[in-house]
Amino acid sequence: MSHYEAPIREPLVIGEKSYHDITEDIARPIEGKANKNWYMAFYIALAAMLWGFGCIFYTVGIGIGVWGLNKNIGWAWDITNFVWWVGIGHAGTLISAVLLLFRQKWRMAINRSAEAMTIFAVFQAGLFPIIHMGRPWNGYWVLPIPNQFGSLWVNFNSPLLWDVFAISTYLSVSLVFWWTGLLPDFAMIRDRATKPFQKKIYSLLSFGWSGRAKDWQRFEEVSLVLAGLATPLVLSVHTIVSMDFATSINPGWHSTIFPPYFVAGAIFSGFAMVQTLLGIMRKVTHLEDYITRLHIEYMNMVIILTGGIVAVAYATEFFIAWYTGSPYENYTYMSVGAATGPYGWAFWSLILFNILIPQLLWIKKIRRSFIWSFIISIAINIGMWFERFDIIAIVLSKGHLPSTWWRFEPTFVDVGIFIGTIGFFFVLFLLYARTFPVIAQAEVKTIMKSSGEHYKKLREQGIHGENH
Amino acid sequence: MKSSKVIHAFYKDDEVLVKAVKKVRAANHHIEEVFTPFPVHGLDKALGLAPTRIAIASFLYGLTGLAFAIWMTNYMMIQDWPQNIGGKPSFSWFENMPAFVPIMFELTVFFAAHLMVITFYMRSRIWPFKKAENPDPRTTDDHFLMEIPFDGNETEITSLLEDTGAVEINIVEKH
Repeated sequence: MSHYEAPIREPLVIGEKSYHDITEDIARPIEGKANKNWYMAFYIALAAMLWGFGCIFYTVGIGIGVWGLNKNIGWAWDITNFVWWVGIGHAGTLISAVLLLFRQKWRMAINRSAEAMTIFAVFQAGLFPIIHMGRPWNGYWVLPIPNQFGSLWVNFNSPLLWDVFAISTYLSVSLVFWWTGLLPDFAMIRDRATKPFQKKIYSLLSFGWSGRAKDWQRFEEVSLVLAGLATPLVLSVHTIVSMDFATSINPGWHSTIFPPYFVAGAIFSGFAMVQTLLGIMRKVTHLEDYITRLHIEYMNMVIILTGGIVAVAYATEFFIAWYTGSPYENYTYMSVGAATGPYGWAFWSLILFNILIPQLLWIKKIRRSFIWSFIISIAINIGMWFERFDIIAIVLSKGHLPSTWWRFEPTFVDVGIFIGTIGFFFVLFLLYARTFPVIAQAEVKTIMKSSGEHYKKLREQGIHGENH
Repeated sequence: MKSSKVIHAFYKDDEVLVKAVKKVRAANHHIEEVFTPFPVHGLDKALGLAPTRIAIASFLYGLTGLAFAIWMTNYMMIQDWPQNIGGKPSFSWFENMPAFVPIMFELTVFFAAHLMVITFYMRSRIWPFKKAENPDPRTTDDHFLMEIPFDGNETEITSLLEDTGAVEINIVEKH
């Protein structure tokens, strides 16, 4: 009984499915036609994206003075959005790498889409530091390459440069991890394609994957080692993002708690975004048998855990700010001053969306409800945006000298670029959902016998047929 | 190249396949190749494949990345153009090292991951525009294919394969 799994565990694949049925189910959204809803969502996202691109061109043409930044608040929506998107990008690699190391079978139904989300989110994140440079054509100055300035090199002491290395390593490693996993699934689509053009495209995408025994042996080893490499990588990326703040001398930012707290927050927001996307995708692509209530519940458990870590971090920050007795600390993002000051609404939004609403997930009924999970995931997405906004804007709005105190007001360009990246993200994700195998079908086939509902039932009845 | 005949035996179940592989090898037949739609656990052992050394390669690539990062930070920040940045020691790589740890870590991962994947693609001969070599399109769906070269003695080997639970047996000319 090599496929034994305790009967008390709920099945991960529902229904009486053969290997061929899985192939059919995963290939259907690709081979079928898109419906009206898809087109509607796509055009809305496309319009948002184009509006955002317009705002980016405007910014680059005129200068970042068109944003709401001023001399005291030099970082605001741009870096808020950057950190928000990078954070969202953390769930994908966590699901595919960390859960692989822990041998969690439930990751197989969601890892493909979570990784896609990661890659698309990191694209959005990468846009912000580049346009914030003001002169994006000089963006290559962040690379350690010989140059015309008397070989003045980049500064490896700077956390901003660590970010360049961390984010580009993260993006490229996530990309090859994702693509290597996609090869057998592209090959499956290729081998059943009937239209010549489709066949050509998927032959190209599948890199000529043939599925030899030796290929699979290497494939599994490569996946395992990549998971082992990606696990510390995913932790390092948000650690380094937090160091952009933590190594500065601003009270409120200069905090040793930041790296673990940012990593937990990133996983928290990343899983929320996975919930948001999969909640819609499982319905639209009719993959309810693969992305089940159990998957939703497991993700909600991760959300409760990481949300709890984040809540404890907020409490610690608030306590320490008060306990120092320093009046300056009373104006950091987690303080009485912030709660009652002009940004009180942002402070209380953070508390409401990030701490209070996720507590509903302790209730099993809510944790296992699709619609509640979806609503709560949206709340967390908003809450995590406010977290970054609070950390950046509240801290910077109250400088060391009261005469420098200022407020940040976003302009339509700030808002436009943010909405544009959301549009860009959804354009990529919607195209992905139509053309890529959205579930790692080769991997799901390996757990059919241990975790498929059909096989579990057969085992319970004591039937071990040769052909089952 | 001389044309040769091979038998393509199809199976529809991974456990049946692994048993069949063991049986065929026990009967002293050489199995040229097995194509499967997903990784089958225990198949590499049943086939007698040597374990892959790609993890060792990855470790060495990681060391290369680490060495490169050390060389790069030392050359750029200490040797070529030392600068006083926040009072950090610009005259000694070792004393400035803590600030370089993130770079050393990222480059270790970067080299280990990418060079390993490239090695995998090269060794398994997969790359863009490569033509797929699985003999039957069903092997990426739900069929498992065993390829056995043979000369003469057709009935003996086909009856052996039928015994192992093959759902389809074809004899094809190769090359």
